[in-house]
Amino acid sequence: MPANNSMLKYTLIRLRRNYLAVLGFVVLFVLIGSAIFAERISPFGYADQDYMMIRQPPSAQHLLGTDQFGRDVLSRLIYGSRISLQVGLIAVSISLIVGGAIGAIGGYFGGRTDSVLMRIMDVQLAIPTILLAIVISSALGPGLVNLMVAVGITSIPRFARLMRASVLSIKGMEFIEAARAMGASHMRIILLYILPNCAAPLIVQSTLSVANAILFAATLSFLGLGIQPPFPEWGGMLSDARPYIRDSAYLSIFPGLAIMITIVALNCIGDGLRDALDPKQKR
Amino acid sequence: MTSRDTSVLLDIRDLSVRFNTDSGVVHAVNHLNLSLHRGKALGFVGETGAGKTTTALAILRLIQSPPGQITSGEILFEGHDIMKMTEAEKRHIRGNRIAMIFQDPMTSLNPIMTVEDQITEMISLHSNLMGNEVSKRAREMLALVGIRPERAKDYPHQFSGGMRQRVGIAIALACEPALLIADEPTTALDVTIQAQVLELIKDLQSVVKTSLLLITHDLGIVAEICQDVAIMYAGRLVEYSDIRSLYGHPMHPYTQGLFNAVPNLDSPLGGKLAVIPGLPPDPTDLPKGCSFSPRCPYAQAVCHEKACGMREVAPNHFVDCYFPLGVEGGQRS
Repeated sequence: MPANNSMLKYTLIRLRRNYLAVLGFVVLFVLIGSAIFAERISPFGYADQDYMMIRQPPSAQHLLGTDQFGRDVLSRLIYGSRISLQVGLIAVSISLIVGGAIGAIGGYFGGRTDSVLMRIMDVQLAIPTILLAIVISSALGPGLVNLMVAVGITSIPRFARLMRASVLSIKGMEFIEAARAMGASHMRIILLYILPNCAAPLIVQSTLSVANAILFAATLSFLGLGIQPPFPEWGGMLSDARPYIRDSAYLSIFPGLAIMITIVALNCIGDGLRDALDPKQKR
Repeated sequence: MTSRDTSVLLDIRDLSVRFNTDSGVVHAVNHLNLSLHRGKALGFVGETGAGKTTTALAILRLIQSPPGQITSGEILFEGHDIMKMTEAEKRHIRGNRIAMIFQDPMTSLNPIMTVEDQITEMISLHSNLMGNEVSKRAREMLALVGIRPERAKDYPHQFSGGMRQRVGIAIALACEPALLIADEPTTALDVTIQAQVLELIKDLQSVVKTSLLLITHDLGIVAEICQDVAIMYAGRLVEYSDIRSLYGHPMHPYTQGLFNAVPNLDSPLGGKLAVIPGLPPDPTDLPKGCSFSPRCPYAQAVCHEKACGMREVAPNHFVDCYFPLGVEGGQRS
């Protein structure tokens, strides 16, 4: 057997066989590219208004038409991908770090620590997520950062529970006891031994959560609690388009499509990763 | 047995460990006294559940609490009581001065670290070596246990069971510990590999000059490697002596039962294996007297009332029995 058959390599090989996941990654890279190079590739600025071109259907000049202020929909969608990806990544990072830490500590130390932490998580789970997010973002006020915090906080318990379950299963393994017999500290064992062994389910959950967070951010923006105009957010664009849905349906359709394609792509990636990271499913 | 001379590396006095479980208090180790001299190998023999592993974990202070609890005793290691150490001191001892080889090499290695990294981990936890020196030392250790250096970057799943156990040995010996605890190191391996691994432990013990506490239920292994042997039954030490004396004259009825239970190549085919009648006592409900008394063919009324306690019956031969076999006043079948 050649050296360096790392898990990463096997995972990549398995992932490549999954066409849906590959497609998902292609879409994701296009999105990331458009977010990074928004200034270069978008034909107009996101706030450029042209009162001669209000609510124009798609044409050669405005590929996806214009909105009620004469702004180019395509350009706004491209700028909007920035927000969505940012919110998705950072909100999930918040819940991954906080929830992961809570779950890891609870699972590893067990006993009373675990009970207290998990009961707090249970209390949070008892509150409907959308309600909690609305409360948090109206308390903090609108804005990008607050939106991310609100979305992030709502999915902390899910990560905490997942983390705790994985830690519990890893903790009982003999190599953890071996690590303790080596004289490794609790912190070292958690960070170097337990976390890497729990990575697979967390990576999958994170990917799926990014999709969820994007949807959630769109929902909050739709309700007017997220990103404030004129900055484009896909949910906010949907909300703005609502009065014109009979006359200019494309105004609702394109942001909706953008949201949908992103979510589907991320879910495909998540599913693909789940299969690829689980060696037991090897055929 | 509890002398205070400097040749004693490990001195366990009156150690009791219990586990508080839903079905009652499990008395895993009861008032155990045991000492181990520097450079010596002590075989620690007993059946499953006798408390051998619990004793080993107690020495490292690795008993999960709750449910485990060390209720009494002191464990003197190099003259210091491990029971009184702070967390940092315990971490310093673990791996560095006392290392452990685990039973199942399939699960005792971290699946996502290369074997070299796992040895490196041990070395960097306990020494001041830097960068290249650490990895050089790790490769030396691998060479010592007979694993080629080009395998150093491989992961545990790419090794066979025997090789993994050798990696485990390399990790345990990387810091040249004063005491090596081997917890049934060959139980999970097949017979030919067992011989290899035992040979390796035996050789390295003299190279690294470490003391060895070998936990096993195989009397043959003990005879091959150890100088001293301690027999444990239901959380108590029942007999302790050097190999020659104990194998020559097993004095405790339980020890004798163990020897009788070892299958013999000369015994007639189709014959039944000798067994000790009865079952080990329920550790949540130990007998009042000697814990072996319910199964002992020689038990007298006094045995059911009060345990005898360890006493030196012959020079350096300790037995926990009123009527040691083959001794004046004892009984023979």
